[in-house]
Amino acid sequence: MIEIKDIHKSFGDNAVLKGISGKFEEGVTNLIIGGSGSGKTTLLKCMIGLHHPEQGHVYYDGREFTQLNFEERIEIRKEIGMLFQGSALFDSMTVEENIMFPLNMFTTQSKAEKLDRVNFCLERVNLPGKNKLFPAELSGGMKKRVGIARAIAMNPKYLFCDEPNSGLDPKTSIVIDELIKEITEEYKTTTIVVTHDMNSVMGIGDYIMFLYEGKKFWEGSNKEISKTDIAELNDFVFASRFMKAAKGKF
Amino acid sequence: MNFTNFGKYILLLKSVFRRPEKTKIYVKAIFQQMDFIGVGSLGLISIISTFIGAVMTLQIAFQLVSDLIPKTIIGSVNRDSSILELSPTISAIVLAGKIGSAISSEIGTMRVSEQIDALEIMGINAPGYLILPKILAGITMVPVLVIISMVLSIGGGYLGGTLSGAVTASEYIQGITTDFNPYTIVVALTKAFVFGFIITSVPAYEGFYVKGGALEVAQASTRAVVVSCISILACDYLITQLLL
Repeated sequence: MIEIKDIHKSFGDNAVLKGISGKFEEGVTNLIIGGSGSGKTTLLKCMIGLHHPEQGHVYYDGREFTQLNFEERIEIRKEIGMLFQGSALFDSMTVEENIMFPLNMFTTQSKAEKLDRVNFCLERVNLPGKNKLFPAELSGGMKKRVGIARAIAMNPKYLFCDEPNSGLDPKTSIVIDELIKEITEEYKTTTIVVTHDMNSVMGIGDYIMFLYEGKKFWEGSNKEISKTDIAELNDFVFASRFMKAAKGKF
Repeated sequence: MNFTNFGKYILLLKSVFRRPEKTKIYVKAIFQQMDFIGVGSLGLISIISTFIGAVMTLQIAFQLVSDLIPKTIIGSVNRDSSILELSPTISAIVLAGKIGSAISSEIGTMRVSEQIDALEIMGINAPGYLILPKILAGITMVPVLVIISMVLSIGGGYLGGTLSGAVTASEYIQGITTDFNPYTIVVALTKAFVFGFIITSVPAYEGFYVKGGALEVAQASTRAVVVSCISILACDYLITQLLL
């Protein structure tokens, strides 16, 4: 479980996060949603230590993260897997080398054991046999799946996904969503997905936190979101005509 | 580089010299960088050094019009100029353009495509993993290149001088072997060591803190070369004043 308490973050005079608190349980898909500039990616970056919040705390299963120095954070970071918006695969490495990279850095496994793990991860994301391809040879959806394979290589306890569906067609988006949900339930990871894709919200949102102007405005499940009458949330979730028409049918 | 940037540069260097996660992977990376910086630049440095030596000989010969000055002086002036100034400084400036821009764009592209964030999330010390092998390869290979450059520059002087008839082979050889002071080699290698550090660390800093996209990566690359060249010339002056 990951808990955040009273997170504040500003860039110059621009206060992006204004005291956000919440709990993200393990084994369920937790979604952070909100419009552009609402602070969802900043919140994610504060949680994983890429940004330093001015105030507030992040706890990983009770372990305080924000006050730790670089060396102390390493132990928690070894338990984190992250899927980036642009996949962030290492260009100069093959798919196999990308997935093997964290294993090379932090384990003492033999080459054969590492290769077995790589093949297992690739099969898990439905990309068997793609070991020797370079990221430039992959489609957007395949890159995301390799990103997921790399993220789960170290058996993470915590999985973060930043806009996993951006730039993907609807069918591939559903494949990625389902993969994230399956992995979360199978490995009991604490999964946090930052998204503004409404298919993801309605499809895999076990727990949803809605951010509005840097504050937590609403929280609940995908079943509850269709019944809410909060104007700001409805404007965001049911923005399109299609979603407005379909609202009562979820 | 203003004081804020200089402070950030020092803090980055502090992160670079943290204990590596896995020495074996770093050693492999150091050899790859040594190949890129050293072997990859050998052709360019060889051509430049040979021509500079040849041109230097012709120019010295052109300026020595007095019959009172022996022609052997052409060899000794070319030798000392090559060892003390031309080989270390010209090589460093050429390498700042070739290696510096490559380092800055490589690290800058990794920054804007979130690859550096990915390293940090994995718990890897990104400055150490990306920059330390480059610095160690730089301070090792630039002195090697400078030694090769000295030899080729003096050799180029021989070729240029004898082919043009500006000096005879025996006069040139007598010149380069007379009154040789080995301390000049120490000065040159000190310069090469410092320049190797600048050529790798300054572009790495510029690339590491890029914000934006392709345009900013290109701007950082240009800035890396400019700042490296100015730093090389400033350090050249300082080292010369301190050691000679």
